[in-house]
Amino acid sequence: MSRPRSLLAPDATHLTREAARALADRVLGMSTATDTRVNITSGWQGNTRFAGGEITTSGGITDTIVSVTCTVGKKRASASTNVLDTESLQRTVATAMLLAKLSPDDNELMGELGPQQYTPVNAYIDKTADLTPEVRATAVKAVLAGAANGSGNLKDLFAAGFLDARAGAGAVATSKGLFAYHRQTAVDLSTTIRTPDGTGSGWASGGARDWSLLDPAALGQAAARKAVASRNPQAIEPGMYTVVLEPQAVADLIPQIAFGFNARNADEGRSPFSKRGGGTKLGEKIADERVTLYSDPSDPDLLASPHDGEGLPVQRRVWVENGVLKNLSYSRYWAARQGREPTGAGGGLGGGGGGGFGGGLPGGLKMVGGTRSIEELIAGTDRGILVTHFFYIRSLDQRTVMLTGLTRDGTFLIEKGKVTRALKNFRWNESPLLMLSKLDEVGKAERTATGQVMPSLRVRDFNFTSLSDAV
Amino acid sequence: MTTRRREFVKSTAAAAAATIIGPRILSAAEYPLPIVTGKGGTLPGSDPFVDDLAMEALNAARDAGASYADCRIGRYRRQSVNARERTVQGVSDNESYGLGVRALVNGSWGFAASSDLTAGSAARVAKEAVRLAKAARSVQKRPVELAPVTAVRGTWATPVRRDPLEVPLEDKVALLVAANEAALRIPKIRFAQSGMQLLREIKTLATTDGTLTTQTFVRVGPAFSATAIGDGDFQSYTEELAPRGSGWEYIEELDLPGNAARWASLAAEKLGARSVSPGRYDLILDPTNLWLTIHESVGHPTELDRAMGYEANYAGTSFVSPPERHIGKLKYGTELMNIQADRTQPESLARVAWDDEGVPSESWMIIDTGVFRDYQTTREQAAWIEKLTGVRRSHGCSFADSWSSVQFQRMPNISLMPGAKEQSLNDIVAATDNGIVVKNRGSWSIDHQRYNFQFSGQVFHEVKGGKITGMLKDVAYQSNTPVFWNNMDMIGGKSSYWLGGSFGDGKGEPGQSNSVSHGCPPARFRNVTIVNTGRNT
Repeated sequence: MSRPRSLLAPDATHLTREAARALADRVLGMSTATDTRVNITSGWQGNTRFAGGEITTSGGITDTIVSVTCTVGKKRASASTNVLDTESLQRTVATAMLLAKLSPDDNELMGELGPQQYTPVNAYIDKTADLTPEVRATAVKAVLAGAANGSGNLKDLFAAGFLDARAGAGAVATSKGLFAYHRQTAVDLSTTIRTPDGTGSGWASGGARDWSLLDPAALGQAAARKAVASRNPQAIEPGMYTVVLEPQAVADLIPQIAFGFNARNADEGRSPFSKRGGGTKLGEKIADERVTLYSDPSDPDLLASPHDGEGLPVQRRVWVENGVLKNLSYSRYWAARQGREPTGAGGGLGGGGGGGFGGGLPGGLKMVGGTRSIEELIAGTDRGILVTHFFYIRSLDQRTVMLTGLTRDGTFLIEKGKVTRALKNFRWNESPLLMLSKLDEVGKAERTATGQVMPSLRVRDFNFTSLSDAV
Repeated sequence: MTTRRREFVKSTAAAAAATIIGPRILSAAEYPLPIVTGKGGTLPGSDPFVDDLAMEALNAARDAGASYADCRIGRYRRQSVNARERTVQGVSDNESYGLGVRALVNGSWGFAASSDLTAGSAARVAKEAVRLAKAARSVQKRPVELAPVTAVRGTWATPVRRDPLEVPLEDKVALLVAANEAALRIPKIRFAQSGMQLLREIKTLATTDGTLTTQTFVRVGPAFSATAIGDGDFQSYTEELAPRGSGWEYIEELDLPGNAARWASLAAEKLGARSVSPGRYDLILDPTNLWLTIHESVGHPTELDRAMGYEANYAGTSFVSPPERHIGKLKYGTELMNIQADRTQPESLARVAWDDEGVPSESWMIIDTGVFRDYQTTREQAAWIEKLTGVRRSHGCSFADSWSSVQFQRMPNISLMPGAKEQSLNDIVAATDNGIVVKNRGSWSIDHQRYNFQFSGQVFHEVKGGKITGMLKDVAYQSNTPVFWNNMDMIGGKSSYWLGGSFGDGKGEPGQSNSVSHGCPPARFRNVTIVNTGRNT
């Protein structure tokens, strides 16, 4: 194999709009299918991982993936490659064609889209794309210094964490003339601080499109404070307790409800939003009236891709408004069948749309918050449990969104408005959907990850089922 | 130092895919690698291009100041075919090809990778890896030391009778649709889904120690589930179809079309199952369920990096820590508990000839008659516990899931050895007065130090007075790892042993996926807490 010329400019980490279009046109020109779609994901990831107060691994990765979807009559299949010479691209198109021809008819097949209008979203921040290994190492030092600050007199904290920056582009092109291109950056920094006696553990995390919105020292300090405060946890009987959930804990639960938004599952009777005897719960009250959940790629706190993997524009969608189920998630096929508007991402979840970066619902996910701070929520609690975040959440029953999981990295007893002692972690069996009908208070919302905003919550009767010895 | 691979690797583009290749280690000249792209395709694993890349990368890393470097060039082909009822839901075929370089500079690691394999790129990637290592050096306490390894050259491939990627798509689709149709003929079954994931990976590893290996791995992962709709209720059943390091012949042996009706009937039967009364029962776990409990409660806690806190920010740490208080001291379970780690077992997912540091595969005991003996290790980790175990070498647990991922400690196959007494699941049922039999994997969740777990299954049967008396639903068992294993009082014999496994086990940041198998017989655990997971809306 000869070595072809690189499609990337020297030192570039992803394809420009022009280069992506040229590559897409080249691939489209190779296909003789009825319809062809090309998805391109091109980008860089720079990460630094640390544990025991030192960097353990770090990486810098670039990749460009071309995915070809061919439709022949009512048959469709995809193939992808990251080898971008003409021979490999031709082979990939040929593979997609072959797979499509061999596939049986897909009676649910929707033709590829023609040109669309998108509202541009500026989600590419140079400062994030410029997170070099040296800058990342400095950020790790800042986390460690912050942790030392937050630990008071306690020395030899065990600090671990992960800093992960991404910068790249996603493009979609179809043989019907559609072309969409979106660039975005994202950075996440999380840290876990453990006390040397192994009885305390704290955690803090932040994520944004813009690196300058994160404060590594503050995260280190917050995690260390929590670690110190959570030492020597005591056991209390599992059972139903009022809980104050920090925004990260809420962020662990609420997206699990969004998996149930798939309209087809609801229509077919296998979703929490299916009605007994047929139909869906659209238009019905499913949660406390303070609950509003929406997706919106243009929301400044979300900044998601304005198109999905099919090139369909992603619009603002209000899923739950004042407790009422307003929308479900429709694929193009199911939308056409049910006389609805398609919502993007094939009516499913996962994939930020346009291939590549981000995840969750297309357009991110925001739960509208209230005005009270977490401190005010604690102050208003007579007896309850403060939860930092959750771990290992798994579904128990799709019909009710019943889940199991554990608390982690800082679980505390609240008595008469004050945090009084550290508690052992609990396993819980609870449904976040049912939980939204047991709300006491909705606190301020904050950005919990890139493309996600969640409030703190105070909830009655959260079902803790057993104790865990894990710290 | 390495010589050019092209001098001893001959590229032949056929034959091997249809040949049974034994588990022996062949020299490169003897063994033609399977083709990658069908007839007439080139063979990256044996392409001189690959050798040039590896040499370019290693030389550049050394010139830039690396004391050690390795270069992995991987070519992955993944195919998935899924069918829902009578329709194919998705057919995809993905190829990924690239190069990753890991460099050690003054005891610090750096890693860089790129799919851009154009001229000069390998050297650029190597220099970037060195730059990353130097940046890491500024936040370093103890320099990395690598356990000794003997340089090795050779090739190896998963023994397969038929390469699953060369099987015509029509045959795959026909098999899945036939299975779904058989399921849909069962009353109350409204939905049926089946699918398969197929992987072929060609991985070349070159190190500055002089190792040069090329391995071809083939893995297949079939899937089947059916959903029954009743009055205001729905119940699904997912058959436990273990993924394996095998060829197409394994999928044929499973006979999805011939078994689908029986599997689907279980979903329909679940509609009428009685909701379990919570309480304490003697728990009888079929191997189709127990393998995952082993994975979570034994496999993960005995990863040395977890025990040392390297995963503290993500997957968590381990209750089997610190090593000096646990090796040879921790009574993990009863004397019936013998846990072997292994990377050599035929058909297992974690089987290799050499790991991603060039360490030859082996097997060793993690738990011996109930007592914890050793961890899973890589070259970097072996020295951490050498004084406790007397083992100087790595156990060969280094693995990266892609050319774009840095290799780190991943789980080998971790298996519960069968008991000396030949007995079956039925024998255990017959000896049980008040119990529940659990089959297949359901929901699973375990805490970040691997103490408290709650696992479920797909089907549950009540046992009264030594007999199966009916089907239950909404069952999950909840326990604490050492308590649970110290209550194992019956275990099946050799003929009841079964090899389960997971195609995708997550670990690390950024997340990586590992394929790993777990073998076990059925076993009984006394007096386990059963919770009811159902709840009415």
